[in-house]
Amino acid sequence: MHAVIQYVISIWVPLVCMLVIVGVLPLCTGYIVLMERKVMADMQARLGPMRVGPHGLLQPIADAVKLLLKEDIIPDEADKAIFWFAPLISVTAGMLAISPLAIGPWFQIADLNVGLLFVVGISALGIFGIVLGGWSSNSHYSLLGALRSAAQLVSYETAAGMAVVGALLLAGTLSTREIVAAQGDYGTWFIFAAPVGFFIYVVASIAETNRAPFDLPEAESELVAGYMTEYSGFRWALYFLAEYTNMVVVASIATTLFLGGWLRPFAGTRAFNFLDYFPSALMILVGAYCFYRAPKQPVKVQQLFMMGLGLAFFGVALILAAPLLAPKGSLVASAMPGLHGAFWFLLKVGSYIYLFMWLRFTFPRYRFDQLMRLGWQFLIPLSIVNVMGIGLALVLHRHWGWSHWTAFPLTTILTLLAAGYLGWAGEKKDKEHVFVGEQ
Amino acid sequence: MLDQIVFYFFATLAVLSAVLVVTRRNIVQSAIFLITALLATAGIFLQLHAEFLFIVQVILYAGGIMVLFVFVIMLINLDTSLHQAQYNRQWWLGLLLALVVGAHLILAVAVGRSVLPFPEPAPATMLEPSTQIVGKTLFGEYMLPFEVASILLLVAMIGAVVMAKKKV
Amino acid sequence: MIPTADYLFLSLVMFTIGIIGVVTRRNVIIILMSIELMLNAVNINLVAFSRLVGSAEGHVFAIFIITDAAAEAAVGLGIIISFFRNRETLLGDEMDLLKW
Repeated sequence: MHAVIQYVISIWVPLVCMLVIVGVLPLCTGYIVLMERKVMADMQARLGPMRVGPHGLLQPIADAVKLLLKEDIIPDEADKAIFWFAPLISVTAGMLAISPLAIGPWFQIADLNVGLLFVVGISALGIFGIVLGGWSSNSHYSLLGALRSAAQLVSYETAAGMAVVGALLLAGTLSTREIVAAQGDYGTWFIFAAPVGFFIYVVASIAETNRAPFDLPEAESELVAGYMTEYSGFRWALYFLAEYTNMVVVASIATTLFLGGWLRPFAGTRAFNFLDYFPSALMILVGAYCFYRAPKQPVKVQQLFMMGLGLAFFGVALILAAPLLAPKGSLVASAMPGLHGAFWFLLKVGSYIYLFMWLRFTFPRYRFDQLMRLGWQFLIPLSIVNVMGIGLALVLHRHWGWSHWTAFPLTTILTLLAAGYLGWAGEKKDKEHVFVGEQ
Repeated sequence: MLDQIVFYFFATLAVLSAVLVVTRRNIVQSAIFLITALLATAGIFLQLHAEFLFIVQVILYAGGIMVLFVFVIMLINLDTSLHQAQYNRQWWLGLLLALVVGAHLILAVAVGRSVLPFPEPAPATMLEPSTQIVGKTLFGEYMLPFEVASILLLVAMIGAVVMAKKKV
Repeated sequence: MIPTADYLFLSLVMFTIGIIGVVTRRNVIIILMSIELMLNAVNINLVAFSRLVGSAEGHVFAIFIITDAAAEAAVGLGIIISFFRNRETLLGDEMDLLKW
C-alpha cells in the first residue's frame, strides 16, 4: 500500500501540481486582489467590493471576464512584437519559479539540488518583461517606469540575495525540502536565529515586487501607471498576474527559509501536539461564520451561496481532521504530513502576503533617491554584516561548543548594533548634504 | 535519446540566437537574442549535469549582466543609431578573417575528432552532487584565485562608478 | 551520451559568430555583447572538458569567467555611458581620440 502511495507521490503529484499551478494560480491571484481590496477597505473603514456575489466573493471572476473582453490596444508607434510578448516573459518567469517550491512534503513539482537559487534566479528574469514592455510602449512614462524598476530590482536583489545566503548558511543546503527539514532538526525556525536577515528579506522583497511603499515604477501620481501605462485588457491582466505571482513566490521563499516551511509551530515539541487540531478548528470557525452570515444576505441565491461555502469549509475541516481521527497506521492517517503541511505552508504564505498589504496601507511612498539610499547605504551593508554575524555564530556553535541560545542572540545583538550605526551614519550624512536632483 | 534531443535543441537555439545577436539592426532585439543564447547555454550546462553553473548562468549572466545591458541601452538614445550603417568599412576583411579563423578551428576539431584520442567522457554521476563538489573545489584548492576575483570585482565596481560619474 | 567533440563544435561556432560580431559591427554595445558570446562559448568548452576528465575544475574556471564577464560588462558599460555623454555616438569607429 505504501509503495502505491510512493508511486503516486513521485509520478502523479508533480503533474497534478503543475496543472494546478497553471490553472488555479490565476484564480488565486484574483482572490489575493480581492483580499487586498477588502483589507484596504477595512483599514480605511469602508466595506470594499460588495456587489458581485455575497460580500463581493465573486468579484475576481467578474474582473477577469471584464479584462478578457476589453479591447487589447497596441499603440501605433510601439515595437509590436516585443510589446506583444513582454508580459508573457513576466508571467512565465513567475510561474516557473514556483516549480521547486515544496508546498508541504507531498506537493512539489521538482526537488532540485539548487532549488532555492533556481527560484531566486528565475523569478529575477521577470524583470525583462517589465523593462521590455516599458521600452516597447514607446512612451516616456513607460520607459521611466521600466528604468526605475530595473534599477530598483538590481539594487535590492543584492540585499535579498545576501539575506538568503544568511539563512542558507544555517541550513547548509539549497534544496527547499532539506531547508525545511534542517529547520525541523534545528528546533526553531530560522527567523529566530536570524531575525535581522528576515527583516532585510522582507524589505528587499517588497522592493523587488514593486509594491508600496516602494512602488515607484508604477507610482500613479508621477508616472500614470509606470511600465503598464500603454497596456490594456488581457496584457495588462498578465502583468498583474505576474506581479501577484511574484508576491506568492517571495512569500514562499520567506516561508521556506525563515518561517519553517510546512512545519507547524513547535513541530518538535510533543506538548504542543494539540496544535494539530488548529487547521480543522479554523476551518470549522470560518464555515460557522459563513452560516452565521447567510441569513443576513439580501437575495435568496446569495444565502444559498453562503451556505454552500460554509459546507465547503466544513468539508475541508473534515479532510484535515480525518488523518487525526483515523486509526494509527491506516492509509488515511498517513496522509497527515502532506495535508497539514500544505495547510501550514499556505497559511504562512497568506500571512506574509497580509503583511505586505498591511505595510502598503500604512506607509507613504518613498522618493526614488531615498529608496536607492536605503538599498545601497543601509540594507546591503547590513546584509553583509548579517552574513558575517551568522557565520560567527556558526563558528561559535560548531567549533567552540557554545549553545544556540547564547551564540545566536549575541551575534544578533552585534548585527543590530551595526544596523544602529549604519542608520545613525546615514542620518548624519543626510543632514550634511541636502540632496539636489542631478539634472 | 532525451539527452540528444535536449542537447541539439539548445545547441540550435544558442547558435541561431547568436547569429541574430550579431546581425540585428536594433540593439534591443540583439540584447533579447543574447539573453536567449545565454539561457540556451544554461540549458546545455544543465544537460551536462552542471546544476550550479546553470543557476549561476541564469542569475549572473541573464539576470544580472543582461539587465545592466538593457538598462544602459535604454538610457542611451537609440533612434539615431538605427539609421546609421551597421557594419564598419572593413567589414568584408573582418568577416573574411573571422571566417578563416573559425573555419580553421572547426576544421581542427573535425579532423581531430577521428585522430585525437577523446576518451569516453566520465559518467555524469562522478560529479554528483555537483554543487557540493564545486563548492569544495572553489573554496579549497582555488581559494586564492577566488579572493583575487573578488578584488577584481571591487576594482571593476569602483572603475564603473568613476567612469559613469558626471564630475569626478 | 553526447561526444565531447559536439560540445567543442557548438562552442567553436558560437565563438566564431562572436568574433565576426566584434570585427564587423560598428555599434560598441553590440561589440560588447559579442564579447559576452565568446566568453560564453569558452564556458561551454570548459564544462564539457570538465565532464571529460571527471573533475569540477572546469566548473570553477567557468565561474571565474562569469565573474570576469560581470566585471568587464560593468566597466565597459561605464565607459560607453561616459563616451556617449561626450560624443553623442555609439559607433566604435568614431572613437578616435585618446583624450578630449
